[in-house]
Amino acid sequence: MLDTFVLLSANADAGFLASLNQRLNLGDIIVTVVFFTILMVLLKKFAWGPLMGVMDQRAQLIATEIEQAEASRQESAKLLEEQRALLKEARESAQSIVENAKKQGDTQREELIMAARAEANRMKESATLEIATEKEKAVAAVREEFVSLSILAASKVLGKEISEEDNRALIEETIVKAGEGR
Amino acid sequence: MNHENPQFILFGIGFNPSNILMLFVTCLIVFLIAVASTRRLQMKPTGMQNFMEWVMDFVKGIIKNNMDWKTGGRFHVLGITLIMFVFVANMIGLPFAIVWDDQLWWKSPTADPVITLTLAATVVALTHYYGVKQLGMGKYLKSYFQPIPFLAPLKIIEEFANTLTLGLRLYGNIFAGEILIGLLATLGASSIFGLAGAVIPALAWLGFSVFIGAIQAFIFVMLTMVYMAHKVSTDH
Repeated sequence: MLDTFVLLSANADAGFLASLNQRLNLGDIIVTVVFFTILMVLLKKFAWGPLMGVMDQRAQLIATEIEQAEASRQESAKLLEEQRALLKEARESAQSIVENAKKQGDTQREELIMAARAEANRMKESATLEIATEKEKAVAAVREEFVSLSILAASKVLGKEISEEDNRALIEETIVKAGEGR
Repeated sequence: MNHENPQFILFGIGFNPSNILMLFVTCLIVFLIAVASTRRLQMKPTGMQNFMEWVMDFVKGIIKNNMDWKTGGRFHVLGITLIMFVFVANMIGLPFAIVWDDQLWWKSPTADPVITLTLAATVVALTHYYGVKQLGMGKYLKSYFQPIPFLAPLKIIEEFANTLTLGLRLYGNIFAGEILIGLLATLGASSIFGLAGAVIPALAWLGFSVFIGAIQAFIFVMLTMVYMAHKVSTDH
C-alpha cells in the first residue's frame, strides 16, 4: 500500500516534470541565472572592481589636488601680503633714513657755520688785540727813541757828559708829566 | 522562419543547447571586452578604459536619477553587467543566424522569451529582496497598502505586470528585429532581383536594429533601477 503510494507519487513527479518540459525550458532559466551570476561575479572581481578602484583613486587624487591648490593659493596670498607689508616697511624706513640724513645735514651745516663764525670772530679779536699790542710796542719804541734822542741832544747842548742813568730817570718823568698834561 | 529549437533533457530538466551556447558566447564577449579594457588601468585613462569609464558613469547617472547614491551604489555592478550583457546579447544575433538541421543555433539570446523573462524575474526578485533588506519586512509589507489600502490587489498585480512587460518588451523588440532581418536575408538570397531589392532595406534595418538593441539595453537597466528605487526608497 505504502509502496504503491510512493511509486504513484514518483510517477506523478516524473509526469509533472515531463509535462513541464513540454511547456517550459526550465534548464534555460537555470542556465541564464547561473551564467549571469557567474558573469557578474567574475566581472566584479576582474573588471569593475579594479576600474572602480581606479576611478575612486582618481576622484580622491583630484580632491586632494584641489585641496592642495587651495592651500597653496592661500599660502601665496599670505606670502604676498607679507611681502607687501615688508615692502611698505622698507619704504617707510628708507623715507625715515633720508629724512634723518637731511636733518643731520642741516644741523651739521648749522654747526659748521656757527664754528666758522666763531672762528672768524676769534681771529678778528686776536687780530685787534695784536694790533693794539703792536701799537703799544711801537709807541714804547718811539718813546724810547725819543728819550735817547733827547738825551743826546741835551748832552750835545750842555756839552757835558752827564750820567745817562741819572738823566734818563729825570727825562722819563718829564715826558710822563708832559703826556699827562696833554 | 519557424525553426525548431534544439533540445536535450538532463536530470529530467529540459535544456536548449542553442540558448546555452549563445548565453556562453555573450558572457564570453562581455567578459573579454571588460577585462581587455581594464587590463592596464591608468590614472589618465586611454582608449578602451575611457569607454568603460563612460559606461560606468552612464549607469551611475541612471541610478542617480532614481535614488540617492548611498542606496543605489550597491546596484552599480548589477547595472553595468546588465547593460553590457543585454547590449551584447542584442547585437550578437544581428550579423547572422545559423540554422543547422532546421534547428536555430546562432541567434540573440534575448530573442528567446524564456531568457528575457528570466532576467526580468531575477531583477524583480532582487528588488523584493533589497526592499525587505532595506526597509524591513514590516515596512515592505506596509508599502503594498500605501497610499490607499484598497489598491493593494493592484499593487500585487503590478509586480507581475512589471516582470512581464520588462521581459516581453526586450524579447519582442529583439525577436521582431531578427525576424525581419531573416526575411530580408531570405529575400536577398532568393534571386538577383531579390538581392537588389533587399540590400537597402536590410542595411537600414540592421542599423535600426543596432539602435534598438542599444535603446533596449538602456531601457532594461533604466527600468531595473526604477523598480529598485520603488522598493528601496522610503518616500514612495
